[in-house]
Amino acid sequence: MNFPSKLIENAVNEVSKLPGIGKKSALRVILYLLKQEEKSTENLSVALQTLRKEIKYCKKCYNISDDEICSICASKTRDNTILCIVESFKDIFAIENTAQFRGVYHVLGGLISPMDGIAPEDLHLDSITERIKELSVKEIILAVSPTMEGDTTAFYITKKLKELNLKITTLARGVPVGGELEYTDEITLGRSILSRINYD
Amino acid sequence: MLLEKIHLINFKNYELLEMTFGNGLNCILGNNGSGKTNLLDAIYCLAFTKSYFGLTDTQNIRHSESFLVVNGSFKKEYHLDNDDLDTNLVEFQTDFQTENIAFGVREGKKTIKSSVNNYQKPSQHIGLYPVVMLTPYDTDLVREGSEERRKFLDGIISQISNEYLQNLLKYNHLLKERNITLKRFAEKNTFDAILLESFDERLLEKGKLIFEERKRFLSIFLPIFQEFYQILSENNEIVSLDYQTQYIQNNQEDFTVFFKKNLQKDRLLMRTSTGIHKDDLEFLLEKRSLRKFGSQGQQKTYVIALKLAAFATIKQEKNICPLLLLDDIFDKLDAKRMQKLLQIVSCAPFGQVFLTDANPERTKALLKEIKQETKQENEISTFILEKII
Ligand SMILES: Nc1ncnc2c1ncn2[C@@H]1O[C@H](COP(=O)(O)OP(=O)(O)OP(=O)(O)O)[C@@H](O)[C@H]1O
Ligand SMILES: [Mg+2]
Ligand SMILES: [Zn+2]
Repeated sequence: MNFPSKLIENAVNEVSKLPGIGKKSALRVILYLLKQEEKSTENLSVALQTLRKEIKYCKKCYNISDDEICSICASKTRDNTILCIVESFKDIFAIENTAQFRGVYHVLGGLISPMDGIAPEDLHLDSITERIKELSVKEIILAVSPTMEGDTTAFYITKKLKELNLKITTLARGVPVGGELEYTDEITLGRSILSRINYD
Repeated sequence: MLLEKIHLINFKNYELLEMTFGNGLNCILGNNGSGKTNLLDAIYCLAFTKSYFGLTDTQNIRHSESFLVVNGSFKKEYHLDNDDLDTNLVEFQTDFQTENIAFGVREGKKTIKSSVNNYQKPSQHIGLYPVVMLTPYDTDLVREGSEERRKFLDGIISQISNEYLQNLLKYNHLLKERNITLKRFAEKNTFDAILLESFDERLLEKGKLIFEERKRFLSIFLPIFQEFYQILSENNEIVSLDYQTQYIQNNQEDFTVFFKKNLQKDRLLMRTSTGIHKDDLEFLLEKRSLRKFGSQGQQKTYVIALKLAAFATIKQEKNICPLLLLDDIFDKLDAKRMQKLLQIVSCAPFGQVFLTDANPERTKALLKEIKQETKQENEISTFILEKII
């Protein structure tokens, strides 16, 4: 694609790096922004910069957060005795959208995958035991994708937490096998979390 | 099952090729380098979504092109049970369906599409359009290491049972993860028993299923193989196959114990030393090693019998007649065996067969002879490939 201006070309190149956006759509976005008042582009870039600078990860659950402690961990109405373990904070969005779960979360930040160089110590696993004790957790839900890596991680965590004598459940298989949690529709995910099954 | 038509775009030496095949024996003749082997490999790709010769997907693309497409039009037979229908006359009825398969490679990625199935992953395609291929390289089965023989075994069983293939893929994945983990432990001088266990349990579970399926398969395969060898060799040499597996050597029930006992060894080796990935087949001729004591002709006959038996076993177990792809098989066979082989594959139970020869006169002469000698059952078609320069 040839551009009449180097400035446009730079902007298009940056925008087209975003997921799902090709050169053509990037150009459309840029031309749209140019047509708007200057203020609106400024707002956008300020919003992005602030997001980048100020976004935090919750000290307790590693969810994405505005403050040191995320709104879920800070909430008084959540049930602290049920802890749902997920791969990434994107899974929290998905599960929260089902409005079926009132417990708290713990984000692993990945799944065990030696092939991709991800070992247990690369995940937020150490703090889980502490949190379980602190919150008097009675049930753990392993809400990881039903993939090989998800199975390995679930197995590992179950064995690690064995002495604590907790009820450990996993999502009922409504989630398509081999599918990613993030892409599962809300109804299926909502149903899976309600009819979760014992992890053995 | 029949492959009625094939359509190639940028597959190896073919820029564009459209061919319609006959129902029986298809003889593909032409000079060296005219593209005979490549044509068979294209058919193989339709079944296995990869080249027979271990090439990467991209290496199948015609030089200096960016993509390839192989389209195949299959005719499949379906037997409809009419149990619930009120028909006393017809117990079952045969129905034919045309199914189009497209195999493509573009930008390093391959795709397999079917007009009748929606695949979630390419491996689900394997076995739906079974093929058995025989090439001059196959004597490697006798001479090379155990990996070749496991590949041969897995290639057949995977076409019979997709569940077997899925288990095997999972097993290999877990094995790789376990080995990487063992290596990392050694490098970092750490150890985490629970992490290894996270692989072991599923590895043992899948391994046992794979072992059982291999054993079951071999018990069906062996007598079929022995019969083909007898027919081909026309003498009373006894051939056999010995399934060598740690499962049997260590008593199936104790295998888990055996596996766990080898942990220290595995840690030192930094890889998994026990499991079905160590299985082998020993080829025996008169109870002796075929590799050490068999003549070249005997080895070749043995391999041909293995492949014909693979065909017959798949046909029997799946109730689909696989395509038989025979590349340059007359090499190193005496005239009598050539004729014998041609005779065998041109009648039932063989169906559609693709056979190449760089020596058209030889094949034509052989065909003439068998037409006179036997009551020819299957249709014979010949194609001459011209080298396009
Ligand atoms: N990726 C590719 N692009 C272009 N040409 C290729 C490619 N791969 C192989 N070829 C060419 O295809 C030609 C035909 O090869 P093929 O092995 O099919 O011949 P053949 O008819 O089987 O010959 P033979 O009788 O010697 O076995 C060869 O000249 C080879 O160089
Ligand atoms: Mg050839
Ligand atoms: Zn939190």
